[in-house]
Amino acid sequence: MITFEDVSKTYAGPGKQGGDRAALAGVSLSVAPGEVFGVIGASGAGKSTLIRLINGLEKPSGGKVVVDGDDVAALGVEGLRSLRRRVGMIFQHFNLLSSKTVAGNVAFPLKLAGRSDAEVKARTAELLERVGLTDFANKYPAQLSGGQKQRVGIARALATGPKVLLCDEATSALDPETTEQILELVSNLNRELGLTIVLITHEMDVVRRVCDRVAVLEGGKVVETGPVEQVFLHPASATARRFVTEADGVPGEAGAAVDGRVVRLTFRGEATYRPILGAVARETGVDYSILGGRIHRLRETPYGQLTLSLTGGDVEAAIRRFQADGVRVDLVAEAGR
Amino acid sequence: MSAFMENIDWSEIGQATLDTLSMLGGSMVLTVLLGLPLGVILFLTGPSQMLHNRIANGVLSLVINILRSVPFVILLIVMIPLTVALVGTSLGVAGAIPPLVAGAAPFFARLVETALREVDKGVIEASFAMGARRRQVVLGALLPEAMPGLIAAATVTAIALVSYTAMAGVVGAGGLGDLAIRFGYQRFQTDVMVVTVVLLLVLVQALQMVGDAVVRKVSHR
Repeated sequence: MITFEDVSKTYAGPGKQGGDRAALAGVSLSVAPGEVFGVIGASGAGKSTLIRLINGLEKPSGGKVVVDGDDVAALGVEGLRSLRRRVGMIFQHFNLLSSKTVAGNVAFPLKLAGRSDAEVKARTAELLERVGLTDFANKYPAQLSGGQKQRVGIARALATGPKVLLCDEATSALDPETTEQILELVSNLNRELGLTIVLITHEMDVVRRVCDRVAVLEGGKVVETGPVEQVFLHPASATARRFVTEADGVPGEAGAAVDGRVVRLTFRGEATYRPILGAVARETGVDYSILGGRIHRLRETPYGQLTLSLTGGDVEAAIRRFQADGVRVDLVAEAGR
Repeated sequence: MSAFMENIDWSEIGQATLDTLSMLGGSMVLTVLLGLPLGVILFLTGPSQMLHNRIANGVLSLVINILRSVPFVILLIVMIPLTVALVGTSLGVAGAIPPLVAGAAPFFARLVETALREVDKGVIEASFAMGARRRQVVLGALLPEAMPGLIAAATVTAIALVSYTAMAGVVGAGGLGDLAIRFGYQRFQTDVMVVTVVLLLVLVQALQMVGDAVVRKVSHR
C-alpha cells in the first residue's frame, strides 16, 4: 500500500549558517494493505516529515514514495488531490476549523471534492453516527472536549472514504482514558473498514496497543523495524530499548551487584498465566529472585517478561525446563563473584 | 443657555452629518474591496506561505509603506490631479473618496495581513491534506477562520476613516469635520465645535459597538 525506497529529505539550512538539515536519510520501508504500522521516535527524529511524505504535504529530496500505486512526487495538482481523498489524516492538535460546526467540519472535505448537497448531508450524518457525535452536529469545536475533537477529526478524515489513515501524534494531546478510547476507535476502523493505518508517536504504549508492525526512527534513519511483538520483547537497537523501558516505567535491567546467573524470561499467550516458576524451582532445586518484570498485552496477546537471578541447584536444567515450556530465555549476565 | 446654541444651524449640521456618513460609507466599501485582496496577497506571498514570492511581497510591502507614511493632509493635496481625473472633481463627497481610499486601503491591507497570520497553520495544512485547492484553502478555510480578526480590522479602519473625513474638510469635502474647522475653529463658534465633536464621538462609539457585536457573533473560539 505504501512503500518508501531510499527516501531522504533535507531542508534548506538555517540562513547564513549554511549546510542543509537532513530530516530523513535513506529510509526504506513498506506498509501492507490493512496493516497498522507504527513509527516511533523522539521529537526531531523525522517522524513528522515521514508521515507528511505519504500524502505529499512534503516532497522527498531523494528516493521514491509510492502510495496506492502512485509515485507521490510525480503527481500533478489533480493527481495529488485525488491521492489525498484516498489518504485521510488526523492531527495531534485536531486542526478543526473553529469557524465551522462539527457537521461543517466533517462536510468540508466532501464539499472540497465537489459532492452534491444531498450526498454531503447523508454522508456527514453517517460519519457522525460512526464516531458517536450525532448530538453534537451543530456545536462548534470550542465547545467540545479533546476526545470529541479528535472524533470529529477522525470523521472528517474518513469523509472521502480513504484506504489509508495517517495519525500524526493523534493521542499525544489527550489524557490516558481518552487516548484509550481513540485508540480503540482507530483499531475498530482498521478491522471493520480494512483501513491501512500509519501512526507516528513517541509513546511505545500506543504502539503496543494498536500496531502490527513498528519502525523505530532515530536521527532520520530507521534503526529497527519488525512486528511489534519482536521489537517490544526483544528490542535490538538502543533506541528501541529506551522506548520499551520508558513504556514500562522501570529500569530495564537490574544492577550488577547480584549473585547467580541473570536471565530474562519471556512468556507469551497461555504460558503467561501458568505457574511455571514454582514448578521449575521445585524440580531443579534452583533459587530465584525477581529483579524486574512486567505483564501486559500486545493488542490481544498477553505476555510477561521477568528478569531473574538464578542461584543454586541445576541452573542449566532449569533453563532447559523453561524452554521446554515454551518460555524464551535470554541470558542477561553471568554474574556471581 | 440660549446664547450658547445661537450659532447652530441644525439643517446645516444635518447635511454635514449626511456628507460624513456618505464619505465614510463610500470610502469604506472601496477600502475593503481594495484592501482585502491586497492584504491576502501580502500574506500569501510572505515568507513560507503558499505563494511565497520575495519580489512581489517586497514591492507590495514598499508601496503600502510609502502610502502609509505620507501624512493624510499631504496625501489629500498631492492626489488632487488624480482625484479630478478619477471622479471629475476634487470637491465635495465625491472628491474626498479617492484620497480617503488611498489613505485607508493600505492601512486596512496591513491589518488584514496581521489577522491572517493569526490563523492556525495546522488548519491550513489540514485543508491541503483533505485535498483542497489553494483557492479553496483561502476562501474556505483561511478567510472564514480569520473572520473575527478581519471584522475587528474593518472596525479600526472605519474609525480611522472618520478622522480622515474630518481632515478632508481642509480641501472642501464638506461633512462634520469641515463644519468644525470653518465655524467652530475659524469663527470661534464654540457651540458648533462642541456639537460636531459630540456627533463624531457618537459615530465612533456606534461603529465600535457594532464592530464588537459582529466579532462576537462570528467568533466561535
